[in-house]
Amino acid sequence: MIPAQFDYLAPTSVEEALSALAEHGDDAKIIAGGQSLLPVLRLRLNAPEMIIDLGRIEALRGVRDDGDAIVIGAMTPHAAVQKDPLVAEHAALISRAVDHLADAQIRHRGTFGGALAHADPAGDLGAPAIALGSQFVIAGPSGTRTVDADEFFVDLFETAIGEDEILTEVRVPKHTGWGAHYEKFVRVAHQWPIVAVAAAVKAEGGTISEARVGLTNMGNTPIRARAVEQALVGQPATEEAVSAAAAHATEGTNPPADLNGDSDYRRHLAGVLTRRAVLAAAGA
Amino acid sequence: MTTLDDRPDVAPEIGRDRRRKEDQRLITGRTRWTDNITLPGMLHLAMVRSPFAHATITAIDTTQAKAATNVVGVFTAADLGESQGVLINAWAITEDQVTPTHLPMAGERVSFAGEIVAVVVARTQAEARDAAELVDVDYEELPAALDLKKAAADEVLAHPELGTNKSAFWQFDSEGAGTGGNVDAAIEKARTDGVVIEREFRQQRLIPAFMEPRSTVVDPTGEQVTMWSATQIPHILRFALAATTGMPESKIRVIAPDVGGGFGGKLQTTPEEWLTFCLANRLGKPVKYTETRSESLVSAHHGRDQWQKLTLAAEKDGTVTGLKVDLLADLGSYVSLVGGGVPVLGAFMFNAIYKFPAYQFNCQTVLTNKTWTDAYRGAGRPEATYGIERMMSELAAEIGMDPIELREKNWIKHEEFPFTTVAGLEYDTGNYEAATKRALEMFGYDELRAEQKQRRDAGDKIQLGIGISTFTEMCGLAPSRVLGSLNYGAGGWESATVRMLATGKVEVVTGASAHGQGHETAFSQIVADRLGVAFEDVEVLHGDTQIASKGLDTYGSRSLVVGGEALVKATDKVVEKAKPVAAHLLEASVDDIEFSGGRFSVKGTDQGLAIGEIAAAVFTAHNLPDGMEPSLDSEATFDPVNFNYPHGTHLCAMEVDTETGAVKMRKYVCVDDIGNVINPLIVSGQVQGGLVQGIAQALWEEAVYDDAGTLVSGSFVDYLLPTSADTMNYEIDHTTTPSITNTLGTKGVGEAGTIASTPAVVGSVVDAIRHLGVNDIQMPCTPERVWKAIQGAGRGGDSTEGAAMPHFDTDQPGTDSTEGAGA
Amino acid sequence: MMVDGAKVADDVEPRTLLVQYLREKLGKTGTVVGCDTSNCGACTVHMDGTSVKSCNVLAVQADGGEVTTIEGLANGSELHPVQEAFRDCHGLQCGYCTPGMIMQSVALLEENPKPTEAEIREGLEGNLCRCTGYQNIVRAVKQASGQTEGVTA
Repeated sequence: MIPAQFDYLAPTSVEEALSALAEHGDDAKIIAGGQSLLPVLRLRLNAPEMIIDLGRIEALRGVRDDGDAIVIGAMTPHAAVQKDPLVAEHAALISRAVDHLADAQIRHRGTFGGALAHADPAGDLGAPAIALGSQFVIAGPSGTRTVDADEFFVDLFETAIGEDEILTEVRVPKHTGWGAHYEKFVRVAHQWPIVAVAAAVKAEGGTISEARVGLTNMGNTPIRARAVEQALVGQPATEEAVSAAAAHATEGTNPPADLNGDSDYRRHLAGVLTRRAVLAAAGA
Repeated sequence: MTTLDDRPDVAPEIGRDRRRKEDQRLITGRTRWTDNITLPGMLHLAMVRSPFAHATITAIDTTQAKAATNVVGVFTAADLGESQGVLINAWAITEDQVTPTHLPMAGERVSFAGEIVAVVVARTQAEARDAAELVDVDYEELPAALDLKKAAADEVLAHPELGTNKSAFWQFDSEGAGTGGNVDAAIEKARTDGVVIEREFRQQRLIPAFMEPRSTVVDPTGEQVTMWSATQIPHILRFALAATTGMPESKIRVIAPDVGGGFGGKLQTTPEEWLTFCLANRLGKPVKYTETRSESLVSAHHGRDQWQKLTLAAEKDGTVTGLKVDLLADLGSYVSLVGGGVPVLGAFMFNAIYKFPAYQFNCQTVLTNKTWTDAYRGAGRPEATYGIERMMSELAAEIGMDPIELREKNWIKHEEFPFTTVAGLEYDTGNYEAATKRALEMFGYDELRAEQKQRRDAGDKIQLGIGISTFTEMCGLAPSRVLGSLNYGAGGWESATVRMLATGKVEVVTGASAHGQGHETAFSQIVADRLGVAFEDVEVLHGDTQIASKGLDTYGSRSLVVGGEALVKATDKVVEKAKPVAAHLLEASVDDIEFSGGRFSVKGTDQGLAIGEIAAAVFTAHNLPDGMEPSLDSEATFDPVNFNYPHGTHLCAMEVDTETGAVKMRKYVCVDDIGNVINPLIVSGQVQGGLVQGIAQALWEEAVYDDAGTLVSGSFVDYLLPTSADTMNYEIDHTTTPSITNTLGTKGVGEAGTIASTPAVVGSVVDAIRHLGVNDIQMPCTPERVWKAIQGAGRGGDSTEGAAMPHFDTDQPGTDSTEGAGA
Repeated sequence: MMVDGAKVADDVEPRTLLVQYLREKLGKTGTVVGCDTSNCGACTVHMDGTSVKSCNVLAVQADGGEVTTIEGLANGSELHPVQEAFRDCHGLQCGYCTPGMIMQSVALLEENPKPTEAEIREGLEGNLCRCTGYQNIVRAVKQASGQTEGVTA
């Protein structure tokens, strides 16, 4: 219940945080909202010597409009993202996913960037973030770099963020007017998704002109279902047509097996949930 | 001092939905959970637990841990020797039961993952935990007995020195007992000219998962050693401590302060309590141990865990002729306090409400290298109810009869009570027709059946199923003679004391030990009515062996029906003691004194005195009848002569998404007959809460071990308790036939919902997809299992993994039951 | 930090959880711990205006902030309407989950003063109760929101 001993720093700027990180290197761990990290520390599955808390860096909070994209500060709490009008208007898929993320208390405390940097393949934000082609802005000792959606997630709990770097914000290209739906499959409400599908669809006159689909917990990282997206283009938003496209959902997946289902079952679910997510996003 | 009471009704409290007295503290955080207790100089324990299911301990190095900051000591079994005591099994179900010695801390060999091998004492909890990480234990792994069926075959021994995993075999046979015919003959006959249903069901392992983790504080700094513990059984705990540590019972005081739920899970004497007691005494300082949730899930006892082979014989028209039950029950690594007694409690309930002419119950208890099992809400009876209710629906499906009609054909008619069952119990009262009729009305049974047909005909992706449970249970544990005949180590009575205070207030002391049930409120209502005092003037004391010196605590739906009856008897004694005082003060003959509504009056006059006035007069003792002892206080101990038998009809409508296997409950109706109700609000809470625990067994919960014997569902991330978003409002009503085994006419209610609901829910899932070729889904009915059953049905597959179906003559040890939900 | 309206200051180890600080340093034992994975919500308090699980916050993170626990919810002897409704609707049995359940219910109603039953059920999904089966809790929240009337007996 009680974590092992550690030291604690709460910098008030990104620069301070980076220099603390540079100083303590491997021994340090960043805490954002802490909603995933603290249970790990309490169970003593990890015991860093230094905790660097980003919670007092005001600059990392908030959502802003930046032309063709909206920019979500890494330390913006989920609850703020959930209520944010810019996100609702231009990246509704993210709003829908946050609606389903954990529970109210955790949404109050947990942060957008923290959840993405944690890179849990069952996390609810990875699939919508990559489906919308987000760019991840990472600050390091030599300045800031931007990583594309496809390169951000590397493996289980592993991202492109270096040990001396910090995720500062996420640029989400605007998908204004797109329909969006996050279809999450769980046994009980407080569970991580067994499988979930994030779908955003641009539909005109009942025909799908563009689609973005991401899969949660179908491999070591969130997966973009490009084969489904391509198969959907030009199709009518009907059960039959979408079903055919959704059959591609398992391509390139490597789902885990656990108490909630084996890999085959997850592959089966991915197809069904993709169909449902796309149809719901298309308003069909 | 006169209690003003102008309410016209002489029993205004019983039956009233009083808000609970307990709540004011609980909703404001003014609580005394054991972990809240802090004493000067208090030390804290952290346990070092085995990560292996079965291993020899080859060395324990405590040097580093002992050297850590603020560590007072590190102890192993070798250090404590006999002073750690031993944990008892109070119910050896047979005289030759094989029972491994159960030490609080293992010395040479661990027999389940989570067993304690060393304990650290430090000045703070955090420092104790830090030092525990520094204890270095060398283990040599041994093969572990994990799968129940394989363990029963003695393939691998959980305790090699015992030579077998088979702990005890217990049988009830109606022919032998003279309560019915020969079951094998009935089955043979049915094979020729009737119907035989053979099924094997799995009762998965569950974890009680009370919300308050267990905690124990022991203070040795007084003449009596005081133990506070999050327990359901302070009295039994004191007895067992005295019996196994050599400390006189009179030197031990056990207090169960606020206790945050139990559900049977705190009906235990635990290694952690024994070690806290031992170390506090050894160190002469107060010591506290509070478990983490992870520790609780692995080390507090588990429940259920059976394989049930059932053979039901019937005539072609559906009249049942025989029932044979063969159980394998997993005890885990030790025979716990009640241990094998839990499945044996089910022996009397498999025949349920049906008139079986022949019955046999066979139970083999088996030791494995898993967490030990014991009572969990219902204890033996949910398992039995699940088995029989599923079987009755299977029989109905087999012969093409409506499952309600089939039950009606076989159940005991209301005019047949009292009814002696084939298991030898006498059911006192009941009316299954009335409860069922009401439930069918509320449910809209015919309409839902019509919708089911429509969905089937249309091949809808969402199918609808209806599950039925017309359950009964025995509760009010228990007549001491019955317990004696079953070789249980204690009686089943309960004690109550009523103290009439000088100020007109009434103190009630009960030997029951509430942990959420609302005894303080319900017992106050009973006393208010019996003595004619105000509800607010009654104070209920419990859970402290120095205040409530006699008691057998709270479990088995016993507190009201046994403890409440003791209370009635104690109040009657108060009234009898007060009558001569009233007669004396009113200058009348005792024979002319009447007591009603809290007032003693002289027949035919308007002269009278309130009971509070009598109490004050007895307190001053200035003017009492000659030779009278100046006290109205009275004690009563009640030993029930029979159990009581709540029953009810539960109906569940379930939608099954055939594409994903997900299930969604559409409607749940239950009509329970629990006799007279003291407080309908509390009853509604017991029923709603009980239902969810039974539904959770059907749909969500399972303690799953991996092949190495590690508990995979070892946190609330994986042991799935339902939330508010997963549950719904269950429609509840009651029919009433008062019990005649107690004065108040009450029956137990604490376990009813849990016992009844599980087969109704699983039955509804099976019913939704039976037309696709499915006749069983192993619990919990996960979406994956449901989906696979539908897929497998097309290929002729079975759905309970490892079950020998449909014919037992092909019996082979099953696949590994520890594969669990993911298998 | 401010806790239940009082200014408090202590030196704590960085690893001290907020719930530990409340219970062990401040004696605010009304707030309890039910799990170690942040699933159960028994430790829910309000921090800077919103509900958080106090086992999932370090005490140092709350430095300078404002914390309200179950013990600071009532206004003197006058219960908060949610507390009152929990009692009136029998929304508790053993009472262990109750402090967290009440604190989350209060936060829920602040964000959504007239929730539907479904919104109540979803809003409380981070709080486990093993006794009540939730129905009477849901009823209590509905009643506290003024959408149904209660009668105190």
